[in-house]
Amino acid sequence: MATLMTERKRSALTRGRLPKYTPYVIAASSVVVAAALMALIGFHVFGWAVLSAVLFATANVVSSALVEGRRKATDKLATSLVVGAFLVALLPLVSVIWTVWVNGVPGLLTPGFLSTSMNGVTGAVDNASVKDGTPVLGGVYHALVGSILITLWATLISVPVGLLTAIYLVEYSAGNRFSKVITFLVDVMTGIPSIVAGLFAAAFFAMILGPGTKTGFVAAVALSVLMIPVVVRSSEEMLKIVPNELREAAYALGVRKWRTILKVVIPTAISGIASGVTLAIARVIGETAPLLVTAGFATTINMNVFAGWMSSLPTFIYTQIMTPTSPSNADPSTQRAWAAALLLIILVMLLNLGARLVARLFAPKTGR
Amino acid sequence: MSKRIDVSDLNVYYGDFRAVEDVNITLDAKSVTAFIGPSGCGKSTFLRTLNRMHEVIPGARVEGKVLLDGDNLYGDGVDPVTVRSQIGMVFQRPNPFPTMSIRDNVLAGVKLNNRRISRSDADELVEGSLRGANLWNEVKDRLEKPGSGLSGGQQQRLCIARAIAVSPDVILMDEPCSALDPISTLAIEDLINELKDEYTVVIVTHNMQQAARVSDKTAFFNIAGTGKPGKLIEFAETATIFNNPREKSTEDYVSGRFG
Repeated sequence: MATLMTERKRSALTRGRLPKYTPYVIAASSVVVAAALMALIGFHVFGWAVLSAVLFATANVVSSALVEGRRKATDKLATSLVVGAFLVALLPLVSVIWTVWVNGVPGLLTPGFLSTSMNGVTGAVDNASVKDGTPVLGGVYHALVGSILITLWATLISVPVGLLTAIYLVEYSAGNRFSKVITFLVDVMTGIPSIVAGLFAAAFFAMILGPGTKTGFVAAVALSVLMIPVVVRSSEEMLKIVPNELREAAYALGVRKWRTILKVVIPTAISGIASGVTLAIARVIGETAPLLVTAGFATTINMNVFAGWMSSLPTFIYTQIMTPTSPSNADPSTQRAWAAALLLIILVMLLNLGARLVARLFAPKTGR
Repeated sequence: MSKRIDVSDLNVYYGDFRAVEDVNITLDAKSVTAFIGPSGCGKSTFLRTLNRMHEVIPGARVEGKVLLDGDNLYGDGVDPVTVRSQIGMVFQRPNPFPTMSIRDNVLAGVKLNNRRISRSDADELVEGSLRGANLWNEVKDRLEKPGSGLSGGQQQRLCIARAIAVSPDVILMDEPCSALDPISTLAIEDLINELKDEYTVVIVTHNMQQAARVSDKTAFFNIAGTGKPGKLIEFAETATIFNNPREKSTEDYVSGRFG
């Protein structure tokens, strides 16, 4: 007959442990010590934060090594490094968003900013609004329309080319030499500097339509040079992870290969493909250099991508900053540039959210 | 409808490697034939050559003849798609199409080929196929739900329903129960017994009791060693293979004395 054993006061299964409140005590004291040290060499908030963090991590690891042993100390050291790296990575991101937000909101909230173009807004207008303290006139409507149209056409070119290339690579090539060449070239294309893509499109259209051809379509071609490799790569990966069993299941039902691809493989991969395409769009919508040499600058609304210069958000920001509408009063231009930058970031963010939504919408459904 | 298959002097190659050597076998109509043998002996490879599914694997090719009621599957100008629509296949792992509902999975053979089918014909086909696969009562209230939400055994029966919905002459099964629990296995085995009234069924299995339970005839494949081609060692009535085999290696294998 077994008797119940009472629990031992101090378990033989545990080792020395620091009390639960230790990290808080260490944190508080490192903040204080860091402040004292900073006071000696001149106080600075950023330096204080960094020093506190370093002191906290060191003290935490050392105390743990002394009391809890090597394994726990290593764990705490690794945790400190991971968290530290994360904060370092987050810092520029938060800083950029914050700066753009603070500088961009006043311009973005100015009435008419989203619904008017820069048509008729001259240096005299800006000077007057600064002098009288009236709201800044002029807006990004033309640039927003330009960005959207150019990106739309770039997508219309890139998605068929990119998706069909990916289908060839995954479904038909069977790893032959031609496909290896394509894969290599796609990799090379991924690394093409964007200005080179712009120059290619400009030179190409100069050759067939005469020099100085600058339209939204030329810009769309330049962007699609940048976009195609991204679409090929992401679609290729998505098609590759479609299980072979599904293809075999379709073949075994007497379905032809192209129908299998069209109706089984692509629908299964569509969520990944769609989100890859959305991310590719987000990637090129902020391109500046290729647009400068292909679409020109415009201050008026141009809805036709096949004729005339076209503005876009990145080139709008560039021109507003580099050549303010009123050279003597740059503030209205700067405000418009920041607002356009904020608008661009919001667009990219919406596209990213859209990608997630699309992925979820198209994902194969589960459930009973 | 049900057709017989006559295989003569069939060799299967993967590139230069001969995977299966000189198979001669006749699979009777309206019967169940089981292929047994150790792993890597070429029984699955051979099964795939019966509806040209091996062609999906790069480098795989076949020499010899496979006659489906006298028509050579490997004859000049024979379209593998035609072959596969007459000889269906069920795979080791259940693989319903994840983007489709249960109903659409059953209709996949029709819909993927863009054949027009009226609503009432489709309903009839879905019910008939699911009844044929003993799945109707379990799914009739959720036909519009995705097929991937079913249990493994139900998914496999859904795949069988999908295969019989295109009304093939022959159904090939490549270890259809190896991913299933004993109860689901029993359901599939019962189904195989019913299927043989209408179809020629060929089943590859690692489970010798299963071969003994469901098949009329059994073929034993073996391999002399790694790198050697697989061969058909013995083909006879199932009772003969299990109780009174002609070959020593067959007896060793079915009695469990083998490797």
